[in-house]
Amino acid sequence: MSLIRDPNMDDPDGIYADLLAAHAGLDADASAALNARLVLILANHLGRRETIAAALALARDTDCHG
Amino acid sequence: MPYDYQPYPYAPPPGLLAPEPRHDVIVVGAGPVGLAMALELANHGVSSVILDANNVVSVGSRAICWSKRSLEIFDRLGIGDKAAEKGVTWQVGRTFHRKAEVWSFDLMPEPGHKRPAFVNLQQYYVEEYLIARARARVDRVDLRFRNQVTGLRQARDHVVVSVETPDGAYELEARYVIACDGARSSLRDMLGLDFAGELFEERFLIADIEMLGDMPDERHFWFEPPFHPGQSALMHKQPDHIYRIDLQLGWDADPEQEKRPEIVIPRIERVVGHRNFRLDWVSVYSFQCRRLERFVHDRVLFVGDSAHIVSPFGARGGNGGLQDVDALGWRLAAALDGRAPAKAMLAAYDRERTFAADENIRNAARTTRFMSPRPGAERLFRDSVLALAEQAPFARALINGGRLSVPCIYPSDGPDDDRMPGVSRPGAVAPDAPLPGGGWLIDRLSGRPVLLDIGGAAPADPPEGVERLRLDPTPELAARYLGACDKAAYLIRPDQVVAARWAAPSAAAIGAARDALWVGGS
Repeated sequence: MSLIRDPNMDDPDGIYADLLAAHAGLDADASAALNARLVLILANHLGRRETIAAALALARDTDCHG
Repeated sequence: MPYDYQPYPYAPPPGLLAPEPRHDVIVVGAGPVGLAMALELANHGVSSVILDANNVVSVGSRAICWSKRSLEIFDRLGIGDKAAEKGVTWQVGRTFHRKAEVWSFDLMPEPGHKRPAFVNLQQYYVEEYLIARARARVDRVDLRFRNQVTGLRQARDHVVVSVETPDGAYELEARYVIACDGARSSLRDMLGLDFAGELFEERFLIADIEMLGDMPDERHFWFEPPFHPGQSALMHKQPDHIYRIDLQLGWDADPEQEKRPEIVIPRIERVVGHRNFRLDWVSVYSFQCRRLERFVHDRVLFVGDSAHIVSPFGARGGNGGLQDVDALGWRLAAALDGRAPAKAMLAAYDRERTFAADENIRNAARTTRFMSPRPGAERLFRDSVLALAEQAPFARALINGGRLSVPCIYPSDGPDDDRMPGVSRPGAVAPDAPLPGGGWLIDRLSGRPVLLDIGGAAPADPPEGVERLRLDPTPELAARYLGACDKAAYLIRPDQVVAARWAAPSAAAIGAARDALWVGGS
């Protein structure tokens, strides 16, 4: 399965708000740990190493500070 | 040319000499919402007195983006054409990150509507046009400038307000008082009501400048533009060569300092690239999203900013207020003349508009969070969305520089048929469409319940109190009203909201849906 880069969320603003809400009140370590658990859960849901490798490549390509 | 502020005349009110007979309605505040409220009530045959502490229109452009729905409401109030002709029509918004365009939206992708997605027009013009209409309706609207409400007490069947004028004080009674006195509502304070919500720790500079520019008729929003590093910016075009520029300043900015021309002018110069402009109006503000828990407090009804405030990116303040007017006018008129039970009608207003306020607050708050993320995870997610946007289209849809005002779809248990299109489901504003003989559907639907019958779905004689509008299908009517059906009947409320729809209703079914309207149902 190739990586979906086009919009695919049924409620993008709602999902984004849920993400922020999940992190509300967490310190940096707790926040990073939550993200790690979330990545593992979503990786399992995707289930295909090839897809996750493509997602990893896109994430690594993207530099927030560039 | 700067707007020419003309003071409106003050006349000593009759109440200074002798007690006035009890009025039906007092509207407090002659801003766009208060004026619209009085004119809407006048359309429903209700007289009102408007009391305003001031005697000039809005100082500064303030609300500038008027939505399609507001223009449809303006049509009913008699200023739609003027507003549309004078205003700058737009439908496309573009969002930039640094130098690149990353996201754009078209708010009116289909033709066949009388009014455009948005018109930009300074609030002072809207007030000027509404005041002219009010002064042409002296039969129903008694507009009193420099009449400041200083006190209020509720009795069982009326309200008494204390009013201060240049010639002294007087008292005035009415069956209902409508508080349209804005974000800093003094009526809200007089009733001691909690205005709960959220303050965003952010400041924005808002400036109107006059210049000869070549910006297209669009909304432009920037994250981290080269001309204002690390912050966001918004630009809108208004009539008279006036441009609205909003610049994010951060929470530490000193509002008084930031308003000084020697600070503002160089900031603007970096945005527009030259100094050939005139500063027309400057303000520094922070955002809040708050609402009253209830909009109906016995005989005092809250409408517009007095009831709810939102951060401005989305144009949900003024437009939301006009939709309040829309939802209240016909119901209050029916309550006043005894056609319908007041309690149920006002409860329906409260139910629908608190629901709408929540939707507006939710959208405005999300935009504000995106623009002004808290340090930590919020900041990381925001910056990651922007960083991904160039390569991953999905991230562009997450970039939130404003979700612009559209009327909410009220929860409704009105009869429905799921073969028909979602855009016209019960609870939604009836979509406009061109009529075969010329003119527009939306103009034929206001003021009273209408049974819109497309293709002959309903019995020939509709029940009493419902006006039948029989149309043959056109491509637009079919797309917006028929869907998979070949004919359909819609019961449309006086505020143009769909109450019910059927493929083949009996007269009894239509009658039941009509009756539900007058007991506060959907």
